[in-house]
Amino acid sequence: MSAPTAAARRPARAAWVAPTLKYLSLVAVSVVIVLPLVAVFLTSLKTHKEIANGSGALTPPHDWLNFSNYKVTFDQGHMLRGLFNTAFILVVSVAGSVLIGSAAAYAIDRYRFRFRRAILAAFLVATLVPSVTTQVGTFQVINHLGLFNTRWAPILLYTGTDIVSIYVFLQFMRSIPVSLDEAARIDGASAFRIYWTIIMPLLKPAIATVVIIKGILVYNDFYYPFLYMPSDDLGTISTSLFRFKGPFGAEWQDICAGAILVIVPTLLIFLFLQRYIYNGLTQGATK
Amino acid sequence: MSSTRTTAGSADRAGAPPRSGREPSRRRPEPGGRGPRPRWAWATPWLFLAVPVGMLAVFTYVPIVNMIEYSFTNWDGISPERNWVGFRNYTEIFTRSELFEVFYVSIYYLVASVLQLVLALYFATVLSFNTRLRNLFKGILFFPYLINGVAIGLVFLYFFQSGGTLDTLLSMFGFHGRHYWLGNPDLVNISLSGVSVWRYMGLNFVLFLGGIQSIPGELYEAAALDGANRWAQFRYIIAPSLRPLISLSAILAISGSLSVFEIPYIMTGGSGKSETFVIETIKVNFEFNKTGLASAMAVVLLGFVLLVTWVQRRLVPDEKPDLA
Repeated sequence: MSAPTAAARRPARAAWVAPTLKYLSLVAVSVVIVLPLVAVFLTSLKTHKEIANGSGALTPPHDWLNFSNYKVTFDQGHMLRGLFNTAFILVVSVAGSVLIGSAAAYAIDRYRFRFRRAILAAFLVATLVPSVTTQVGTFQVINHLGLFNTRWAPILLYTGTDIVSIYVFLQFMRSIPVSLDEAARIDGASAFRIYWTIIMPLLKPAIATVVIIKGILVYNDFYYPFLYMPSDDLGTISTSLFRFKGPFGAEWQDICAGAILVIVPTLLIFLFLQRYIYNGLTQGATK
Repeated sequence: MSSTRTTAGSADRAGAPPRSGREPSRRRPEPGGRGPRPRWAWATPWLFLAVPVGMLAVFTYVPIVNMIEYSFTNWDGISPERNWVGFRNYTEIFTRSELFEVFYVSIYYLVASVLQLVLALYFATVLSFNTRLRNLFKGILFFPYLINGVAIGLVFLYFFQSGGTLDTLLSMFGFHGRHYWLGNPDLVNISLSGVSVWRYMGLNFVLFLGGIQSIPGELYEAAALDGANRWAQFRYIIAPSLRPLISLSAILAISGSLSVFEIPYIMTGGSGKSETFVIETIKVNFEFNKTGLASAMAVVLLGFVLLVTWVQRRLVPDEKPDLA
């Protein structure tokens, strides 16, 4: 008599256990991800005194509208200058990546020419070389070109070593029918005209992908501006924040405000462009 | 190659030929279309390639070649004097233990990346089936990947501060006391590699999620009809179709673990046994001005990374998952 009830209970129990574990794991991982950020946010609203008096990392601030730390960071951390430098580098590098990537993809996909395979292979091999490993050599090249400590050093490195965008464009180019090129050619359009007025507008989705991948990379990069633009005037978001940390050693409320100041634009863009960002990264990473 | 060009040219001269008959026409648009082929037509693709290929050469290949050359010299990076020293830099790397030992630090990051891939795979699988608040969880898991590296460094400096977020949290569960998560040589690399899991898990998660979503839904239905449970579905449908992605992530994880720089540099500056090979290389080059030695170190690192990639390609050849 007990056997059938046990058998009937078992699937019911399993059906209850699995979702609970699933949600528990999801909530646990969310807490792990969000908590360090929340603590920094709470601290950014506290006064120096509150922290000195031993206010714990996770206790709420006394005054939720105390933005004075943000002002300190913004002024003394030279965030406006950092924002300007980052924006300049970002816009030029992203535009450069789009032009260079699409031009290379157009030539490689639409033409058959000598050394085509060799060039494709040269781009492919370059993807295997992590850029951190070659900077000892790259530094000398930048130095010889007289670009050390200029905004052009990171710009050229972001555009010149951007192989991923060439792949994104190449893959997308294959889906644009060649008959369009041919029709234009019969009408007498030059190769450049075909590239600029026919191919480029059709590449829009691929351009969006490249803009997103590249934009994230440039906004967040620390390595290139740190190595190639040590001058104070040329601080980017990353290097300004890094230098700000130094003199403010133990002033955690200011440092936390700085971190939040840099994270908030990313959060806003992420909330607005979520779907495109996911798609862009998936396309970019899987060739 | 030149013979193909002339035949293509003569075909054009005969007036627009019926293209349907010529098989490779899709892949062979002739610049110039009608009329005789211009003499310089071969140059057209090179006009588009000049800048990309030039930059590829200048910023990727020239540095590698130069670096190999410097690695056999005792150059300091500045003076015009550069003496050939043969393999002395290389023997120094492999015999001076403090230079090579930093590679052990990579092991921590390697273990962390295995953990990261497993977690990403688990959450991608869970969230590709019906789950409440799916998009919220997806966003939370992915967001760290978008955050600025320096900001992450500061967030976790605060997190691991003695008396900071982590200690506060532990005291809530009754584990009082202050810990030196970053000051203790036994803990520092565990703490730092934990940060890299936190940071990069979301990227793998989103890639795997994309991979799982490209699996046709009928496969699950068919499997469910055959009585396959979730684990069986994962084992026989999801895992095989994600194989190329998993193997790609695995090489990226290994080469990433070998070349860690940003987070440890920002958080500890490489102090207290947290120095990685890249931090060491940068220091040798820019602080100690030993460009020759630093180049040799970079060449060794590059060699390791290429070796790993090559081995991986041999073990897991690029193959299309075969599901149907």
